[in-house]
Parts: sequence; C-alpha cells; structure tokens
Amino acid sequence: MRKETKYVSYLDYEGQYKGIFGWIFSTDHKRLGLLYLYAIALFFFVGAILGLTMRVELATPGETIMKAQAYNGVFTVHGVIMIFMVVIPGLSAVFGNFFLPLMIGAKDVAFPKLNRLTWWILIAGSILAIASQFLREGPPDTGWTFYAPYSTKTGTSVIIATTAAFVLGFASILTGLNFIVTIHRLRAPGMKFFNMPLFPWALYAASWIQLLATPVVGITLVMLIFERLFGIGFFNPDLGGDPILFQHLFWIYSHPAVYIMILPAMGVITEVIPTFCQRRIYGYKAIAISSLAIAAVGFFVWGHHMYTSGMSEQARWFFSLLTFIVAVPSAIKVFNWIATMYRGSINLQAPFLYALFFIFLFIIGGTTGLILGAVAPNVQVHDTSFVVAHFHYIIFGGMGFAFFSGLHYWFPKMYGRMYNLKAANWGAIILFIGFNLLYFPQFIIGYQGMPRRYYDYLPQFQWAQTISLIGGIILFIGFFVMVGNLVRGAKKGAIAPANPWNGTTLEWTVPSPPPVENFDEDPIIKSDPYDYK
Amino acid sequence: MSEHTHHITPYKTLGIILVVLFFFTFLTIEITSIHLGALTVTVALLIAGVKGFLVLSYFMHLKHESLLLKILVAMVFVLFALIVLITFIDYAFR
Ligand SMILES: [Cu+2]
Repeated sequence: MRKETKYVSYLDYEGQYKGIFGWIFSTDHKRLGLLYLYAIALFFFVGAILGLTMRVELATPGETIMKAQAYNGVFTVHGVIMIFMVVIPGLSAVFGNFFLPLMIGAKDVAFPKLNRLTWWILIAGSILAIASQFLREGPPDTGWTFYAPYSTKTGTSVIIATTAAFVLGFASILTGLNFIVTIHRLRAPGMKFFNMPLFPWALYAASWIQLLATPVVGITLVMLIFERLFGIGFFNPDLGGDPILFQHLFWIYSHPAVYIMILPAMGVITEVIPTFCQRRIYGYKAIAISSLAIAAVGFFVWGHHMYTSGMSEQARWFFSLLTFIVAVPSAIKVFNWIATMYRGSINLQAPFLYALFFIFLFIIGGTTGLILGAVAPNVQVHDTSFVVAHFHYIIFGGMGFAFFSGLHYWFPKMYGRMYNLKAANWGAIILFIGFNLLYFPQFIIGYQGMPRRYYDYLPQFQWAQTISLIGGIILFIGFFVMVGNLVRGAKKGAIAPANPWNGTTLEWTVPSPPPVENFDEDPIIKSDPYDYK
Repeated sequence: MSEHTHHITPYKTLGIILVVLFFFTFLTIEITSIHLGALTVTVALLIAGVKGFLVLSYFMHLKHESLLLKILVAMVFVLFALIVLITFIDYAFR
C-alpha cells in the first residue's frame, strides 16, 4: 500500500545499509525514535517482571518465593532499570526524537550522528545494568539510590551497576544537548520561541536539567567507585568525609531527574488535551513559562529526601519551603488543562482517556508529595510504602500514563496505520483499574507503618498486599491488551490519514508516516500553534 | 558561518591573555605564603574565577556571542554557586 504513494516514507527508505543495519546505523531522528521505543519497551517489560516478582514475594508474610537478599537485589535492579533506562530517557528519547524536529519544522535534530551514538550509549549502559544482576558477586543490594556508607561496603556488584548508571547518564546529557541546540538553531523560519507548540517547550526545560544535573550524579557515582576501590574517604567520617554528602550529591541530580521525567509528560498532555477538545490551549504562556519555572526551582528542593538523615534543622525548613513553591507551577498546568476542556467538543479516544487518567493520578501523586514535602508528616511516613505509592503515582501514573497517551496520540503518525480504537480504550481502563488497585492500598499501610524495601511484614498488612497483587496482575493484563492492540495496528491496522485527530501542530501537516526529510515543502508557520478556527 | 569570520581574535590579544593567565597562576601559588585563614579558599576561588572568565571570553569566543548565549552560560555558573551555597545551609547549621 505504502509503495503506491508518491513520496518515500522514513519506514520504506533504503539508504546505505539494508535491513536491520538500515535502522541501527540510521541517523534519522524518526528511526532512532522507534529504536528507542523498542529498546525502552523491552527494558520496561524486564523491570515490570521484576516488579511483579516483588508483589508475589509480598503475597504472604515471611518468605514466599525468595529470601531477603534476593529481594534486595530485585528491588535494586527494578529501580535501576526503571529509573535510568525507562523513565529518564522514556518520553524525550522516543517522542522527543521523533516529534521535536517535526513540531518545530526542522529536517532532523542538530547533531544526527551524535543522536545515533546516544542510542548506542543507552544500549551499552543497559547491558551493563542488566549484567549486574547476573554477576558472581550477586546483584547490587543497595537500592537504586546507592546510599553510602552501605554501598561502599557491600560485597555485591555495585561497581558495575554504578558504571551502568554513569554510562546511561551520558546518553541523557547528549540528548539534552542535542535538543537544546535543535530548539535554538533549527526552528523553521518564522517560528519564534512563543510560536512553538508546548511539547517542545517542555522538552527544552527538561533538556536543561539533563545537561546540568546529570554530571552531578556522574561525578557522585565515580566518587563512590573510587571510595570502594581506593578507600579515599569522601563518605567516611573516620577519614574526614561525610555519608550525608553522598545523599546531597545524589539528590542534587535525582530530584531534578523527576522533572526530566515529568516535564515531557506534561508536554504530551498539553498537546493531547487541545486536540481532543478541539479548543485552543488555555494559558499558553503560563504553561510555557511554568515548564521553565519547574526546571529552575526543581534544582533547589533536593533536601526533601533527607529530612530524617540528620541534616540541619535550618536546611530542613528551607527545603520544605522550596518544595511547596515548586508545587505552584505544576498546579498552574493542571488548572490550565482543565480550563482547556471547559466547553470543548470532547472526543473520548484513548489518548485523551490516558490524559484524563494522567491528571487524576498526577493530582493524587502531587498532593501526597506535599504531605511528604512537609517535615513533620514526612518523619512519620519516611521509608514506608507511602513513599513507594507516592512516587509510583507520579512516575508510573504520571510519566507512564502520559507515555501511553502520547503513544496512542502519535501512533498513526509514526506507523501510518491506526489501531483498534475500542480495544485501546479498554486497555486504558484496565490499566487504570489495575494501577489504582496496586498502589492505592500502599498509601494506607504505609501510613500505618509498612516499611519499604522489606520482604517481610506484619500479618495486619496482609489485606493490602493481596489487593496490590491482584492489581499487579490486572495491570499486566492491561499491558497485553494495549501492546497487543498496538502491534496488531502497526501490522494490519487501517491506513491512517495525515491528520486523524484534527490536530493543528506541524507534525499533522506532513503525510503519515512522514517522508524521510520530514517536510518536502517549507512548512507554513502559524503564529498560534493551537488555532482551531 | 560568515558572521564568525568577522571575529578572528588577533594573536596579540591571545598572547596577552595567556600572559595574564600565567600571572594569575603564579599569584595563586604566591598567595599561599600569606596567611589568610578562612579566606584562603575564597581567594583561590576568586582568582580561578577570573581565569575561567578570561578563558571563556577570549579563548572560547564568548565575548563575540549573542547576549542570550552569555546569559545562558552565566546562568550555569549561578546555578552551580547556588547549589554549593544551599548545601552549606546544612553543614553550617548542623
Ligand atoms: Cu524530590
């Protein structure tokens, strides 16, 4: 079917290399976007299996299927894979690569070869991370946070895991650099910063965090490796060091890293909502600037992870105050999304359904985040499953559901075919039910004192762990419905038109799937990217 | 590309900057003979800051770049300074 069209799509293009090499050696941002999608989907599946394994272990008190040490390894590798290999690259590497150039009217990113190298770096780092699970010393058992002093002493393969995170960090830095230069230099003539759609805005803010914060964790992990190899004493009080320094350095990166994940997610939602309401986005400038505000203030709140570490009293209230301030720009976005829906002609398709679920879950995750951001309640629920529930609501309910939303939104553009709309809605609903069943009970038992990272628990928490297990199984069913539908759609779905959702941004002006060089004619830049008249 | 060719820094300027950098390196060493107490690190960082400024402006051509780019680079240093400062809210009051 595609062969009959007049242009050559990026999927059919045959360059220097054939077959699979035409993909893994490609510098086309669209092909790289799909490569990222497949790699990240695979990592996500591995991480999710590890997650389900934990739920099965927690099905009964005491040992169910594994011993404590094995459980330590599973939650550590689950965290490392999900954080460094799935959610941090996630949205920006897949949809950023694919759609940033299309949305700003460019032919590719600023450094296509660097882009290809970045994918290879991600793969190299990921192989190291997965290998750490199988080495002779045993999987790392520190948690994904690698806290000193334990991480400097444990006999497990911490060095391989931290090296993996270090390598993966490079991929993140280079993607950020590439996007910043692309946005500054390659916008189509006539497109000013405030004519850009809001997904590029969100990517721009996140890219700065990737560029500036990631080196901090890189150096920190190198310090940890040196500490283990040479006993330098950065984190050892006997040698004049300080273990809390590790926590500072780690969270100076890892809090902003949350915004690396969530800012592009908010960007996707900001694209989906106006399209499916056929209404101009409410508060364009407020949303654009709030992305930058979140990125800026987000750099200064890291201490809210350390209230119980023995940090000074003054630092605690200071970080608490800033944490409350950073909630403001996030709330601005939520209000703007809801205001956009008001009196819109709503089309309840899967991308919009996922966006609604995103808002719902993000509000629960965000408000419980404020409970954690206040010092006194934080001391009560620190290191309990309350925290686990909170960040899964933000990262999975937020970033994950936004990813699914974007996937269903841009799928016809990426593959030139459409999935089954009804099945997609069912997938979304099953995922939503499974998600809440899995994570909401963890808020309750966390509040009652269920510690995180324990493979054992008191019988009084049994009820919630059982509901969570059922939720986990439903969640898996939801994945299979969603992925099965999409795979089927990519292969046999109906041919999609150029603009199935009646979107207004530039990616919908090119054919589906897009031509090799994106724009065969120069794109016409509208001063308002969301003009539905 | 053409806009860059206007800004070839003459060798003479580069030479002067090089000499100034050597001077500051020498100063960094010499200043340690004066006992400055708690200010030792501050003075060393100030001198290093001036040197960094010169390298960025002349050797890395920031002097000829747009205002936006200058602001972006400055922002990075401000961020770094703030992060160090905030970390010390913990250490100073513990
Ligand atoms: Cu945080």
